[in-house]
Amino acid sequence: MEAVNDALLVEMERDDNVMVMGEDVGRAGGVFRATAGLLDRFGPDRCVDTPLAEAGILGTAVGLAMAGWRPVCEMQYESFSYPCLDQLICHVGRYRWRTNGKMEFPITIRMPTGGGVKAPELHEDSPETYYVHTPGIKVAIPSTPADAKGLLAAAIRSPDPVVIMEPKVLYRSPREEVPDGEHLVPLGQARIAREGDDVTLIAYGGMVAVAEQAADELEASAEVVDVRTLKPLDEETLLASVAKTGRAVIVQEAPRVAGFGAEIAALLAEKAILDLRGPVLRVTGYDAPFPFWSIEDEHIPSAARVVEAAEKLLSF
Amino acid sequence: MAQVVPAEGDMRRVIGDGEAQPDGEVEGLTDQDLLELYRAMVLLRTYDERSVVYHRQGRIGTYAIFWGHEAMQAGSFHALDREDWIFPSYRESAIGLLRGMPPETVLAWWRGHPAGWWDPREYGVASIAVPIATHVPHAVGFAWGKKLRGENGCAIAYFGDGATSEGAFHEGANFAAVMRAPVVLFCNNNGWAISTPVSAQTRAATLAGKAAGYGMPGVRVDGGDVLAVFEATRAAVARARAGEGPTLIEAVTYRCAPHATADDPSAYIDAERVEAERANECLGRYERYLRRLGLLGDDLVESIGGEAKEAMRAGIAAAEALPEPDPDLVTRNAYAE
Ligand SMILES: Cc1ncc(C[n+]2csc(CCOP(=O)(O)OP(=O)(O)O)c2C)c(N)n1
Ligand SMILES: [Mg+2]
Repeated sequence: MEAVNDALLVEMERDDNVMVMGEDVGRAGGVFRATAGLLDRFGPDRCVDTPLAEAGILGTAVGLAMAGWRPVCEMQYESFSYPCLDQLICHVGRYRWRTNGKMEFPITIRMPTGGGVKAPELHEDSPETYYVHTPGIKVAIPSTPADAKGLLAAAIRSPDPVVIMEPKVLYRSPREEVPDGEHLVPLGQARIAREGDDVTLIAYGGMVAVAEQAADELEASAEVVDVRTLKPLDEETLLASVAKTGRAVIVQEAPRVAGFGAEIAALLAEKAILDLRGPVLRVTGYDAPFPFWSIEDEHIPSAARVVEAAEKLLSF
Repeated sequence: MAQVVPAEGDMRRVIGDGEAQPDGEVEGLTDQDLLELYRAMVLLRTYDERSVVYHRQGRIGTYAIFWGHEAMQAGSFHALDREDWIFPSYRESAIGLLRGMPPETVLAWWRGHPAGWWDPREYGVASIAVPIATHVPHAVGFAWGKKLRGENGCAIAYFGDGATSEGAFHEGANFAAVMRAPVVLFCNNNGWAISTPVSAQTRAATLAGKAAGYGMPGVRVDGGDVLAVFEATRAAVARARAGEGPTLIEAVTYRCAPHATADDPSAYIDAERVEAERANECLGRYERYLRRLGLLGDDLVESIGGEAKEAMRAGIAAAEALPEPDPDLVTRNAYAE
């Protein structure tokens, strides 16, 4: 969380056109404290407590961008971002295209994402597919504090609209080295979280740690690829890893059907078929609403489920 | 903010009928302004009537007719400065013509040709909004953003009576009031949202009355009276410029044409009412007013009409002469990089 706060601070210092807006981002500093201190530092014009209206936040951000601002919109929770999809699909993703590429809409949308925090209903969804599926929108999901800072900074500087989904489990993760000052992680570059030879575990966001734990538990040598940016997707890194191991298990917390894992699986089917020594397997959430939290661990992919899939694949 | 929103009969009226109703006048408008307004209305009317013909001839696609809406568009436009931005719906597709946009560009839009996808900065006219009311927050954000930058310029959003039922209208209006955005929310209440009458949209007596719920003034004006529309918009723009925030204007008229070229209103519309409204349509009303003032005669009517027709002839020729769009555009421009 300090990493996100730091990115906002650095980027707002760097560019006077960057402004932060959302519900409770000013006086309260955000319900997850991502925007703490920004109101004092930059004033109420650049750190704006908005009315409680997600479509209004994103809709006015479109107009703010037309007036020369670079709005960074906070959606308080991913599940409460759904009202903003109307603006996202109808305008944010289309406006640049609609002007024949002449006008830019450098809008950043931040939101927490995912489960693992034992919260009430509609506080633990993983809605990345809705965003990735929208033309004109880029999507990144960090899995480390350093990436949370670097990807957010890259998003703010991007001429395109970018959705940054910050895994809630990351907010609570132990402190880790985050580079001071300006730190950029370019959009569109995956990260090899761990090298290995026998099987590639492909994950993003909160599932990277699960994949890493599975890699620890596996006897075989597993490579963990952190996708980092879902769109644009770093196909090269994914294909190179699968070319090396010949096996792929995709881990995704979101519901299974038409989830982002299916996109990766299709990519591998198209471009890595001759490298594959077995089927591409997915370990995912279920085609059911995210459960009440007392049983949420049954829904969220566990290291054990990933190990099981990898072993099945290794003995294919 | 207590306010009395006038009922239909009591709305401010400037243009009389030359008989029982005397003509009024609007302070500050010169003869040249009055003729400028007429020229703008004729240009819009000609654009609209020609477009319906072009559609029938297969030269443009489906087209949203705005016959009878010219007074609302030209009157409100005349209250704006060049630095003010316009956020149109499909009903105001040709409002850019009043800012010097060539008819060819708007015709290209209705021909589905990318030459119709103009750069909003070139004219201070945002892209045509197709999804109802979703552009209201854009106008609000733009106006608010201008204010935050300490720059001049306000915004006007055009939308219909049906749009006032949408969440986007509500969120936009509320943001506008909270942020004191220098914006005019201009509702063309033409009585219909396709086949749905305004009585099925709301139980509220007037749409302007909704403004009270946002803490902004609501103004009701005769949408067929170009001078009354101008006056109301000028006051709203003055409020915006003075830092007093947004105004909701409800301009009342009656849709006398199909919703769009694809619509057949005979199943739902009151044909007698349409006939009566057509007899009192806004351009004819204004023309008679100018004639009573002695500002307009047959010669001028002819020459202004001729100019507009010529602009449209040239416009459709230019639109049809555009090269076929580059098929690569299908995948270009969604992203900057
Ligand atoms: C969000 C949305 N819903 C439905 C439509 C389909 N639609 C197009 S025009 C229209 C009626 C709009 O009526 P109104 O707001 O009164 O504007 P008018 O057409 O009368 O100018 C509808 C329902 C749309 N374009 N957008
Ligand atoms: Mg209507």
